[in-house]
Amino acid sequence: MIGALNKKSLRDIWNIKGQVVAIILVMAAGIAVFVIMFGVLDSLRLTQSTYYDRYQFADVFASLKRAPESVKQRASEIPGVSVIESRVIFGVTLKMKDMIEPASGKIISLPDGRHPLLNNLYLRSGRMLYPNEENAVLADESFFHAHDLELGDKVSVIMNGHRRQLKIVGVVLSPEYVYSIAPGALMPDGKRFGVFWMSRRSLEAAVNMKGAFNDLSLKIERDANIEYVKEHLNLILKPYGGLISYSREEQLSNFFVENELKQLESLGWLAPIIFLSVAAFLINVVMSRQIATQREQIGMLKAVGYSDLEISLHYLKMVLLITSVGALIGLSLGGWMGVGMTEMYANLFHFPILKYSFSVEVMIFSVFFCTIAAVAGTLFAIRSAVNLPPAEAMRPESPEEFKPTFLEKIGLHKQLSFLSRIIFRQLERRPMRAIFSALGMSLALSILIFSFFMEDSMDYLMDVQYDITQREDVNISFVEARPYRALEEIRVLPGVVNVEPIRNVPVSLKFAHFNKRSLITGLIENADLRRVIDSELNPVSMPKQGLAMSKKLADTLHIKVGDILQVEVLEEKQQVLSIPVVAITQEFIGMGLFMDIRELNRILDESPKINGASIMVDPNHSAILYKKLKDIPAIMGLNITSILRQKFEDIIAENLLQMVSINILFACFISFGVIYNTARIAFSERGRELASLRVLGLTRREVAYLLFGELGLITLVSIPLGIWIGKLMVTGMVSTMDTELFRIPTYLSNRTFGVASTIVLVSAAISFYLVWRQVDSIDLVSAQKGVE
Amino acid sequence: MSKTSFQTKALTKVYTSGETQIHALRGVDIEIPSGEIVVLLGPSGSGKSTFLNIIGGLDQATSGHVHFRGRDLATYSSRELTYFRRENIGFVFQAYNLVPSLTALENVALVTEISPNPLDPMEALDAVGLKDRANHFPSQMSGGEQQRAAIARALAKRPEVLLCDEPTGALDSETGIVVLKAILAVNQKYKTTCIIITHNASIAQLAHRVIHFADGNVAHIELNEVRKSPDEISW
Repeated sequence: MIGALNKKSLRDIWNIKGQVVAIILVMAAGIAVFVIMFGVLDSLRLTQSTYYDRYQFADVFASLKRAPESVKQRASEIPGVSVIESRVIFGVTLKMKDMIEPASGKIISLPDGRHPLLNNLYLRSGRMLYPNEENAVLADESFFHAHDLELGDKVSVIMNGHRRQLKIVGVVLSPEYVYSIAPGALMPDGKRFGVFWMSRRSLEAAVNMKGAFNDLSLKIERDANIEYVKEHLNLILKPYGGLISYSREEQLSNFFVENELKQLESLGWLAPIIFLSVAAFLINVVMSRQIATQREQIGMLKAVGYSDLEISLHYLKMVLLITSVGALIGLSLGGWMGVGMTEMYANLFHFPILKYSFSVEVMIFSVFFCTIAAVAGTLFAIRSAVNLPPAEAMRPESPEEFKPTFLEKIGLHKQLSFLSRIIFRQLERRPMRAIFSALGMSLALSILIFSFFMEDSMDYLMDVQYDITQREDVNISFVEARPYRALEEIRVLPGVVNVEPIRNVPVSLKFAHFNKRSLITGLIENADLRRVIDSELNPVSMPKQGLAMSKKLADTLHIKVGDILQVEVLEEKQQVLSIPVVAITQEFIGMGLFMDIRELNRILDESPKINGASIMVDPNHSAILYKKLKDIPAIMGLNITSILRQKFEDIIAENLLQMVSINILFACFISFGVIYNTARIAFSERGRELASLRVLGLTRREVAYLLFGELGLITLVSIPLGIWIGKLMVTGMVSTMDTELFRIPTYLSNRTFGVASTIVLVSAAISFYLVWRQVDSIDLVSAQKGVE
Repeated sequence: MSKTSFQTKALTKVYTSGETQIHALRGVDIEIPSGEIVVLLGPSGSGKSTFLNIIGGLDQATSGHVHFRGRDLATYSSRELTYFRRENIGFVFQAYNLVPSLTALENVALVTEISPNPLDPMEALDAVGLKDRANHFPSQMSGGEQQRAAIARALAKRPEVLLCDEPTGALDSETGIVVLKAILAVNQKYKTTCIIITHNASIAQLAHRVIHFADGNVAHIELNEVRKSPDEISW
């Protein structure tokens, strides 16, 4: 049989079911966000490492001009190398029927008659290649899907100057192309960049590489020194046009995946911690106030002989029941949504396998954290109730000392009605209660602002990127560097309003003991299309000499204006140059390194050359222009800025903003839960007083004014406070989201403040309405007797 | 009736509120015999509620002694006071203080569950004439019924002493009489010492002994040679 006290618990919970639901909501939201984020992150990390492991993703990569197969043998003898694989990799231009602009691609050789030892492929559909199979390829899944291709379809490629039709016989995924990104691109784009695998012998024949290779991948032993291996490899490959070898961290796809994961991690770390802390704080406040309303019953239980321990256990049971339901809902919701989110990300990243990992520690921690907060709030309230002599606890709290309020002291009270004076005195008498209520609502607002921030920031980033720095309509890149007059050939094409040259040079940078692979971009002085900006977003004129460097790159190299940077050019001549850094620029995307194009050509000791151009297009003639550009064989890539921007926005919407929208949803739950509870508790705390006023003849409207006037004032105070706390959270997050790929600008739009405040105000309005219905039905007699 | 229930010596209670001190009790010496009905009369602030709270173990005296069964309550720890209340004292409050979320029967059970030698909760309700209201919630009962449920709750533990603070204060005279009858019945049936605080001098006519409080002390004590029955009194 369940005891009378247990029945009391259950019925008490039922009586305050609205508040209980709100508490459960806040708690479940806090726990769910925590479990989702950590679940997704852990799962993605596990999936990534399992995939890399099972498919033998290499540790070190090197590309070179051409070397005979015997060189591979020499490289494999470097101490520490455990597995080595040579390949032929060739860049191609793709003419796709569904695109006006050309796409670029890579064809990678596959050993005939065996599996590759490194960077193995996962076959999604179709079949693997037969040994020596000609004109057949395996296609990378993202390209295959982006063009809605089918097995057996042929793609038209220009390979080594010849057009060829290649039949797709299988669709594959590779650990090397988890993110399929064209060299120099900022975003994966399955439509404009494709990767294909072809029989080694067929490829060798097609590109005149018989018995030779131009790419090496290595696996090193666990305890080997990677720098040592790389140095020796560079020495061996140098005579064969070898570029500096690089490790997995610098491998393009892995670099992007790592950056994405890092971003998710900072969002995934900070957001749940903030959510959980806010939820815990709110549960603590709500519970302590809920228990405080039970003061008289606590006094009675003591009077009839219940011990402090028994009373505490009684309320703790109640609280634990509520928190267990909250925890259960939070955990199941978190697990369920976490699985969905992980699948979504796994698709985005093109992982073939999916491993779930929901750590028990994370779950226990989040539940424990909320429960402790609830229990602490409860014990605090119980303690202050049981510390009172029972006789006193049973009486309604005796009126505390009232003093004229500050407003009255300065003589403003004459402007206030007597009801308004009650409101102000009430606020001044119990400032802590008002402060906690305001703080609760502020936190609700701040997590909304925090959640909306990512979207604001990304919009701002786009605006800066595409309206201030990268203002061209189209940019093109050439297959190889071309003489300056190529620019004039473009200038005369129909629809070209303006054109500016670009020269990109891959380099390896060295300052003190810091190294970084990068790309020097040569731009003209006073460029109008591709511009470089300073920290105030003003365009900077390209200095005549020296390098302009983005702040992030400068930070990475620990270099400042005036320092001399050692630059090793990763082109044929491989010059090593010393160039001063003369300006630091602002960039949110990438880590740019810029130079005056004439100066760049001069120090490279070349006749003026360009390998790309930025073009401003007359929109009326754009279609003709794109068609003309597509037919110029020297053009390898063509990017339409508006499409890039769209692509960028889509990708952000697909990944970061998914997580953000979950945050927004839960932030709404939390706001509502908190505000409703604040209103409801204010009503229980003052129910008796309000009933007395009703008895004295105040109308329901006047009583409501008393209650909601106070809450309304608290709500109004909480809005600026919440905005301030929100800004603090945002600043905290920005500092953790600084990756090499992105810097998140600290920018919040007015719209965010508006929407977040509106959500809070609407939550307040709904809560007030729900409580108003209870005010409306105050049972005057029973309220007077202290029966709720 | 020679056994003593409570004996107090030089009992004082001082409340401090801000900078002012309120002397609620100023050295009360009193002896309450076992099994009697004792009425405490006196104006507001005369100290009778404070006195009741201290002998009931709800509050601690500032100085002095309260002897109950030969032991001094002043020496009790908070835990001992809890057990003292649990085992010996039944309380009836002016505001009833029933748990609103429990039925009459469950409110009684709340106490019987922790008492060493309780009555059956139903028997306790029967003793106050509320057997047929056992499954009603406080909000479904009249004030008189709620107060009788509170009395049932107090007597269900078979206390030595029933302490009633203005038990009829919130009730009309007719209902008040029903409640008083219930208290008298408890006194007769279980020989429970009943100490009743009231403002109402006519209730004093039911008592064996009337203790008049004034200004924090006992003014005088009168013994009723002839006690009236509840039906004979009116207010």
